[in-house]
Amino acid sequence: MSIEVSNLSKQFNGFRAVKEVSFKIETGELVALLGPSGSGKSTLLRMIAGLELPDTGLIKLTGRETTNVSPKDRGIGFVFQHYALFKHMNVFENIAFGLKIRKIPKKEIKLRVEELLNLIQLTGLEKRYPFQLSGGQRQRVAVARALAPRPEVLLLDEPFGALDAKVREELRKWILLLHEQTQITTLFVTHDQHEALEIAHQIFVMNEGIIEQSGIPIEIFDKPATQFVAEFVGENNFIESEVTGHGIVRWGPLSFKVNGYPLNQKVKIYFRPNDVLVNSRSDIESTKAIISKTKFKGALIELQLLIEPGKRIIAHIPKGVFISSGYSEGSDIYFRITEYHSFLSNKKVIDESIISI
Amino acid sequence: MKKKFNSFFKSKETDNKKISKLSEPLIVRMIIITTSVFFILIFIFVPLLLVFVKAFAKGWEAYINSITEPETFSAIKLTLLTAVIAVPCNMIFGIIASWLIAKFNFHGKSLLTSLIDLPFAVSPVISGLVFVLLFGRNGWFGGWLFNNDIKIIFAVPGIVLATIFVTFPFVARELIPIMQSNGNEEEQAAIVLGAGPLKIFFSITLPNIKWALIYGVIICNARAMGEFGAVSVVSGHIRGETNTIPLQAEILYNEYQMNAAFAVASLLTFLAVITLAIKKFAEIKIRSEIKQSSIITIGENI
Repeated sequence: MSIEVSNLSKQFNGFRAVKEVSFKIETGELVALLGPSGSGKSTLLRMIAGLELPDTGLIKLTGRETTNVSPKDRGIGFVFQHYALFKHMNVFENIAFGLKIRKIPKKEIKLRVEELLNLIQLTGLEKRYPFQLSGGQRQRVAVARALAPRPEVLLLDEPFGALDAKVREELRKWILLLHEQTQITTLFVTHDQHEALEIAHQIFVMNEGIIEQSGIPIEIFDKPATQFVAEFVGENNFIESEVTGHGIVRWGPLSFKVNGYPLNQKVKIYFRPNDVLVNSRSDIESTKAIISKTKFKGALIELQLLIEPGKRIIAHIPKGVFISSGYSEGSDIYFRITEYHSFLSNKKVIDESIISI
Repeated sequence: MKKKFNSFFKSKETDNKKISKLSEPLIVRMIIITTSVFFILIFIFVPLLLVFVKAFAKGWEAYINSITEPETFSAIKLTLLTAVIAVPCNMIFGIIASWLIAKFNFHGKSLLTSLIDLPFAVSPVISGLVFVLLFGRNGWFGGWLFNNDIKIIFAVPGIVLATIFVTFPFVARELIPIMQSNGNEEEQAAIVLGAGPLKIFFSITLPNIKWALIYGVIICNARAMGEFGAVSVVSGHIRGETNTIPLQAEILYNEYQMNAAFAVASLLTFLAVITLAIKKFAEIKIRSEIKQSSIITIGENI
């Protein structure tokens, strides 16, 4: 089932949570709504579910207009951040709830619940109560409960937000597997970019009530369309300087070629720490710096490079490279920037050429 | 020397060492505990015991006789009737009001919240007088009521109304905090799964507030049966007709029928003991309900 939203807006006491948002999700897709808290992503999801009514705009599910249809008639399943399991019902009763309401015969309910228990890998725990389950188990029960009445769309609101890192990791893999098995159109809200980049086929990045960019994860990461996306997704070096002659932005010894800006225009330049290539020997394209600080980040090592007083950038290199190269704080290093993006203050992208300096 | 003394002192403690270090010195604790036990004995337990001692002073037969004496028996019936009407009314009102307050935002919400507490703030005698002013012979509706031959003041309806007014806050006050802490995600989940309002109320909302509701109802009932002030104003003290148990106890006492008065009083005391027992049980259940809901919202490892 496809989800189509056009010009959807919602206000809360004068605060415009969602501003004329439009998008279309095709059947079977797995889409992430990514954004910081307060960006309107949950409100948007709740409007699609029918838990909030939009002020203006239309919602179409499988081409059928459902803007004012009651949630139960939309063919959706909804998973809440805090699970919202029925506390006084056991796992079986929780999953069976939506089926009982549809007056499905007991035998069928039993079969369906068993099938779902198998799907969420919790067979044998049907007599447990929510408080006897771990956070991850609860969230899986919540997903099973939402899937029980065979919805055509699954909506998840920060589904792993309340869980710790390890469990999140496992559930991410599980939700991918689940999507492969069920092929249900899925839209989930998250503030965690790793979650969105890892799971989703497509990401909508939301900020202040609008969708800043939509695209496949690699596009979002490599080609941020707006300044916000560049800042929000992934880590970034950020410098601000003015355009000098021939479309060049200078910042200390570095110069960046940008197109289409007037002379003396202030421009912001973003480049990722992993797009800073370092070498212990100088070559024609590289710039010299001193390693002023190193930080252990697990598989990566973060190097703080001091280019000249007051001008620092950050580079990420694999731990193995760091160890074998013998870099240490205070040693000289040479680097070049392989990819960067420039933005005006109006946030729209002007230039994203890949050039060497 | 001091060290030795300390360690000797600690070894006497049954608590672990850390707690004994953090708590007050033994002598202070002993003084506090003795004082509170003494107070509870003198002011709570002994009077309670005396009620029963006095009630049974002339034996079982006299006790039964004083309770089954027609005027007293009618007072018991009236008290039960009042409670049977007033408690369900306040239960329904309490559920609706707390549901509104806990789950919705609307204009006048804080006013409604304060109004619920009004009967707590007003003296019961004033509460009774309000009803006399409204429904009495010279009250606002007095003329109309008289012309239509409806009696409210100095009759059963007035007693019921006054009781409802006085016991109005108990259920709502118990339910509001628990409903607020429950939030409405479970209800929303049920909506998406296709449940209608009645189904949601009876299979989601009500089970989640069950023990708090029982707690509120039992306290409400205790107060409804024991209310003196407001009921005294509106009842008119017509023997065998508009006297409730507390009013009957007072009349008997004023007539120096001590044993009968205490026999009647023992009924209310007995009610209090049962109320406390159920209340205690409900408290334990509520605590585990809250614990469960907080575990669920916090979440932890797989």
